[in-house]
Amino acid sequence: MPDKPKIGFYWCASCGGCEESVVDLAEDIIMVADAVDIVFWPVAMDFKRSDVEAMDDGSILATMVNGAIRTSEQEEMARLIRRKSKIVIAYGSCAHMGGIPSLANEFPRQQIMDFMYEGSPSVVNPDKTRPMLSVKHNSMNVTLPEIRNLVRTLDQVIDVDYYIPGCPPTPKLLKDAVLVLLSGKLPPKGTVLSPDEALCEQCKHKDTKPVDVSFKQFYRPHMVIIDNTKCLLSQGVICMGPATRAGCEALCIQGNMPCSGCFGPTSRVKDQGAKMLSSLCSNISAKDEEGIDAVLDGIPDPVGTFYRYGLASSLLRKKIPEDV
Amino acid sequence: MSDNNNKLNGSPQTNGAAVSNGTPKIGFYVCHCGHNIASQVDVEDVQKFASELPGVAVSRDYKYMCSDPGQELIQKDIKELGLNRIVVASCSPLLHEHTFRTAAEKAGLNPYYFHMVNIRENVSWVHDNKESATKKAKDLTRAAIQRVFFHKALEKKTVPINPDVLIVGGGIAGITAALTIANAGKHVYLVEREPTIGGHMAMFDKTFPTLDCAACILTPKMSAVKSHPHITMWTYSEVEKVDGFVGNYRVQVKRKPRYVNEELCVGCMECIDACIYKEAKYPDEFNQKLSKRKPIYIPFPQATPQVVLFDPETCIDFKSHRCKKTCIEVCDREAIDLKQVPEYKEINVGTVILTTGFKTYDAELSPQYGYGRYPNVYTSLEIERLVNASGPTAGEIINKDGIKPKSVGIIHCVGSRDQKAHKWCSKVCCMYSLKLAHLIKEHTGAQVYNFYIDMRTPGKGYEEFYDKLMTEGVHFVRGRVSEVTDWALVPEEENKLTIRVEDTLIGVVRRVPVDMVVLAVGLEPRVDADDIRRMFNISCSNEGWFLERHPKLAPVSTFTDGIFIAGGCQGPKDIPDSVAQAGAAAAEVLSLISAGSIELEPNTASIMEDHCSGCKSCIPLCPYSAISYIEDSKKAYINEALCKGCGTCVAACPSGSITQNMFDDEQIFSEIDGLLKFAGIELEETEGEHA
Ligand SMILES: Cc1cc2nc3c(=O)[nH]c(=O)nc-3n(C[C@H](O)[C@H](O)[C@H](O)COP(=O)(O)OP(=O)(O)OC[C@H]3O[C@@H](n4cnc5c(N)ncnc54)[C@H](O)[C@@H]3O)c2cc1C
Ligand code: SF4
Ligand code: SF4
Ligand code: SF4
Ligand code: SF4
Repeated sequence: MPDKPKIGFYWCASCGGCEESVVDLAEDIIMVADAVDIVFWPVAMDFKRSDVEAMDDGSILATMVNGAIRTSEQEEMARLIRRKSKIVIAYGSCAHMGGIPSLANEFPRQQIMDFMYEGSPSVVNPDKTRPMLSVKHNSMNVTLPEIRNLVRTLDQVIDVDYYIPGCPPTPKLLKDAVLVLLSGKLPPKGTVLSPDEALCEQCKHKDTKPVDVSFKQFYRPHMVIIDNTKCLLSQGVICMGPATRAGCEALCIQGNMPCSGCFGPTSRVKDQGAKMLSSLCSNISAKDEEGIDAVLDGIPDPVGTFYRYGLASSLLRKKIPEDV
Repeated sequence: MSDNNNKLNGSPQTNGAAVSNGTPKIGFYVCHCGHNIASQVDVEDVQKFASELPGVAVSRDYKYMCSDPGQELIQKDIKELGLNRIVVASCSPLLHEHTFRTAAEKAGLNPYYFHMVNIRENVSWVHDNKESATKKAKDLTRAAIQRVFFHKALEKKTVPINPDVLIVGGGIAGITAALTIANAGKHVYLVEREPTIGGHMAMFDKTFPTLDCAACILTPKMSAVKSHPHITMWTYSEVEKVDGFVGNYRVQVKRKPRYVNEELCVGCMECIDACIYKEAKYPDEFNQKLSKRKPIYIPFPQATPQVVLFDPETCIDFKSHRCKKTCIEVCDREAIDLKQVPEYKEINVGTVILTTGFKTYDAELSPQYGYGRYPNVYTSLEIERLVNASGPTAGEIINKDGIKPKSVGIIHCVGSRDQKAHKWCSKVCCMYSLKLAHLIKEHTGAQVYNFYIDMRTPGKGYEEFYDKLMTEGVHFVRGRVSEVTDWALVPEEENKLTIRVEDTLIGVVRRVPVDMVVLAVGLEPRVDADDIRRMFNISCSNEGWFLERHPKLAPVSTFTDGIFIAGGCQGPKDIPDSVAQAGAAAAEVLSLISAGSIELEPNTASIMEDHCSGCKSCIPLCPYSAISYIEDSKKAYINEALCKGCGTCVAACPSGSITQNMFDDEQIFSEIDGLLKFAGIELEETEGEHA
């Protein structure tokens, strides 16, 4: 019997939800485990970096990497995985577009450190201790990876072949992706493995969306009781559905929550947030500056709303102080 | 002229996107425009710079690219060097894009492989530093050259022109246009809101500057309209709905009920005499409410059509159904039909002329002049009716108390040239004030004072008319009137209206007591101008006048193909100008009709049906209502013939499912990329920043 194809999973700057989604395959995981050899999966099995280094270059068929790239170690691992894998798949919003961790790009690294180690009300640190790249401890040299200036997407660090979107991706997308890999009928490089149309297409509320939404006021979900029979945008709740790639089968909307955009844009859009903004703002009912401002005041955190999962991959400038 | 011939360089990064028409072979031409460009931009330097850019096969500079030899240069190169892309750096595309596209087309190249860089309006005319201007010209050039890589061959669409014409508004402008077009053998639908055509001109007794009788010159035209075999005249009617695009408009017209059959009524007016009301009791609108009419009436003796109508608000039978209906009894033609209902007509036309005219300023909004408070303060339109032989007083100028005024003050610029009302000059009121001064003096022998800020009488024979008035003993006081008051300070002011004004020629404040005051109210857009312009998809200026496509070169065209404007709806103007514009609009219409078809610019947007999610975000945004939602497919659809290529929907589609010819993403991004190269910025930048 020929060797089963080798598959790896790895995580970088992520919350662990993506790993959870693999387990969510439920009984299908047995199908996967039967069909492939999982050669590397730190979250579930004990692997050391040296184990990977020992593998032949290109010997893994595909590795799914979740998480954004924030530290020097993640960067090194990503490069190592690239060398060892024929196919690298960015798995989940963080690897795909930066994800929630990349909202940190709104602030300079120094400011984040100051807050986390001193400013935060729950921190007591009179000695102003900070993480060090290397420390002598009991005559041993202990090192820590370096935190980079920016959070980056996986493809800003290494060459990426495919993307599986979502925060986290649905088990169905993962299963479909594995089946595609096994079939050998690979789509063109760079493909996002999810339908290339916007979510409204899959949404049960599509028919109730009015032609002229004409926003008079925006509400955040906690401010209103959302009518679960009507398009959320028509109720003034910002739903990212029109600007977000389909594939989740409108899970959030089924849970009576608006789409927050985790699947990213369609292939035809460079900047998901800008697209949503331009569509939303052109449909505001007020036509004078004052009126428009009043409506927009209903969106207190525009970056967190429109770029929640994609700040690293967006066109927005990153905040880096002049002196670094 | 310097040359840099035949230097084929490698192609730039094409970002993996396909280019059409084979490997790009670009011809670049930079124009001196005499000294217009060359004095501020080192054109030879730009020419050399371009010659070294990837894809450029030939780069030249020339004194006047738009001249015949300039165009021939391009054509020769296309033929001899096999160029398949052309970039010209010269003036604004508004001016010569068409010229160069046509030149390229004549040499066998699809005209949309041409692109223009504006280094005159955007560079040489707005910069005074030659070095940086030249640098900017180069950046713009590089952007254009990178862009044309992605140009595609496009085909213009042709649509046929339905030869029938709709004219909305039957004032002198609409009448003139209708007759001109109908005389050319084309069918005209003339839709007028009022019960009669004629507009404002029908209210006047005489017209400046020749003082010919308005009725004598207008009524023959009105009856010509009525009897013309090629004109369908619908009075008391309004356009309800407009769909379609140039050459193919579908229009719905509502014919309001007159309660009198237009075909049967011959205008004998016996019904009016027979009306149960022996005395006329209701304010007569046509006479500016200075006289009374009955519930059944005809606006004025020469009204066209000569058909009476009912006012259901005042007719007893409409209220209580208990009138004896003596009117019906007397009409032996059985023309009266109290059960009439609105009638809706659907017509197809290829072109439209809007001639909806203007309204006059509401004088009560300037309370300092006392209109509405003092009975003897009149508007100019009221005086037009008073001096009119068929008006409320049969041409006698008398105050409301029946007394002939011995002194009359005419106040100019009421509602015009006034920061609190309208800023514009209404253009006709100086002249009609002079006309009224003459007529009042002629009819009453009164002392007439004209209070003006500036006397504006440009026009053929107009200044001469003013001169003539000065010899007639009319008084002219230069200054803005501050107040009209009945508060007498001296005995001569008792029982009079006193006009307080600073006479700026002698520098004193004067009080002039008069018996009658005439307010020369200005012209303003009609109340429903905004609804009308929306219905016909045209634009308005800030003030609310219908907006012409170009103030000098396309004064009767609009930004919507096939819709033209003429007369007072476009801005204040007098009868000669209204008539001239009407003629111009008729000529535009006839030229479209005789061409038989029109080519549409292919810069239209289209929706990729497979990709559209049907989110409907784009639909309300289109200023030309070109997008609709298809219920069957649950997707949006753009009617290409309606799309003007404004790009709004393209930018707004949140799923990126709309593309626009000539503005593909790759075209725009490669252009931006070319533009930003000067700063060392690459579009596809990945942030490798480390601590
Ligand atoms: C007091 C006064 C005196 C003047 N005296 C002179 C003069 O002596 N000599 C001179 O050259 N000029 C004079 N003018 C200017 C003259 O009135 C205008 O130049 C002329 O009337 C413009 O004609 P028009 O057809 O564009 O507009 P209008 O005369 O306003 O006619 C527009 C027509 O369109 C109709 N209409 C409007 N909206 C609609 C609609 N939605 N649907 C259907 N129909 C509609 C109206 O009922 C009207 O019949 C004077 C103006 C004023 C106010
Ligand atoms: S906007 Fe949101 S709720 Fe409305 S149809 Fe689209 S996905 Fe559904
Ligand atoms: S035409 Fe004469 S009266 Fe009319 S607004 Fe102009 S200046 Fe005033
Ligand atoms: S490009 Fe402009 S005119 Fe054309 S369909 Fe879109 S919004 Fe309408
Ligand atoms: S905005 Fe885009 S996705 Fe939405 S209906 Fe229009 S074309 Fe379709």
